Amino acid sequence: MNEILSQSIFFGIAITLVTYEIGLWIKQKTGKAIANPLLISVILIVAVLLLFHIDYETYANGAQYISIFLTPATVSLAVPLYRQLELLKTYPKAIFGGIIAGVLTAMVSVFALSLMFGLNHEQYVTLLPKSITTAIGMGISEKMGGIVTITVVVIIVTGILGNILADTICRLCKIEDPIAKGLAIGTSAHALGTAKAMELGEIEGAMSSLSIVVCGILTVISVSIFANFI
Amino acid sequence: MKYVKQFSIILGISFLAELLEILIPFPIAASVYGLVIMLVGLITKLIPLEKVETAADFLVDAMSIMFVPATVGIMASVDALKEMLLPICVITLVSTILIMIVTGRVSQHIIRGQKNRDVAAVAMAGIKVTDDGKEGK
Repeated sequence: MNEILSQSIFFGIAITLVTYEIGLWIKQKTGKAIANPLLISVILIVAVLLLFHIDYETYANGAQYISIFLTPATVSLAVPLYRQLELLKTYPKAIFGGIIAGVLTAMVSVFALSLMFGLNHEQYVTLLPKSITTAIGMGISEKMGGIVTITVVVIIVTGILGNILADTICRLCKIEDPIAKGLAIGTSAHALGTAKAMELGEIEGAMSSLSIVVCGILTVISVSIFANFI
Repeated sequence: MKYVKQFSIILGISFLAELLEILIPFPIAASVYGLVIMLVGLITKLIPLEKVETAADFLVDAMSIMFVPATVGIMASVDALKEMLLPICVITLVSTILIMIVTGRVSQHIIRGQKNRDVAAVAMAGIKVTDDGKEGK
């Protein structure tokens, strides 16, 4: 099975789209936040790969052509951001204040918890850039001497968590303002969270996109300070 | 052929951003350079909104699907994770939730403060506000 499929390009692409479509259908039927199409798609694909003993490489062979569109998609986030530019001009203090508070929370919480678990420098800097977009996070981890493959996994898991939990946490903590919601999601869960924020509304999506950029750059600066602490 | 033109602009910027990532020795991703270039282009009107809007909205709409392959990729690094599985799970969960709450509450607090001041300023300017909160003339 693996041998035949490993020569296929469209296996990876087709299974990704079909399982995502199933995820959308389940979400529509149940209407539950936990029925996340992204998560359902991933679980179904992993199940199929394990069940039929198909290698990840065989799947990635085709699926990589879906991943390459992440860069143009992130570039395109400038469009909703541009449409909501007035908000940035009206609430600059709230927007930058919120993101700075979020980045500091990221640094302090990872530092405190790493201390608690007794992690070494390598493990600590691997986790520090967990809430920013993958490509920046990888670069930081590498430069500071972290384990890049684990950083990538942690960044994705963070994004998935943010994507799934965003609705519930905003409701429980009474974060109701669309600007505040967008900033909260983008600062905690980068582009993966932003995909969710876009579903909530254009203002949420635009603010979440802005957070990816600002939070990414602020994290580059703050990690260079916080990395010295353990 | 509207899509060809729109996608050429977006992919052209992506390429330019990729070059910047290679040439500039900072750990900043191509996608972040690209987002900034596109935003500056739109603000300066060098790139008219309607020349990229349709394709951009499509890409943003489909963004969640693009994360599926990388997430499935976690199964390939399960062995590397075993050693620090517990700290990773706890730190990721706790810190993500904390960041979300702090960012949201702080910005919401500042926004509401600003809105209240604006309302107060309007009231001071002579618009009478009746007791039940409705605006009178």
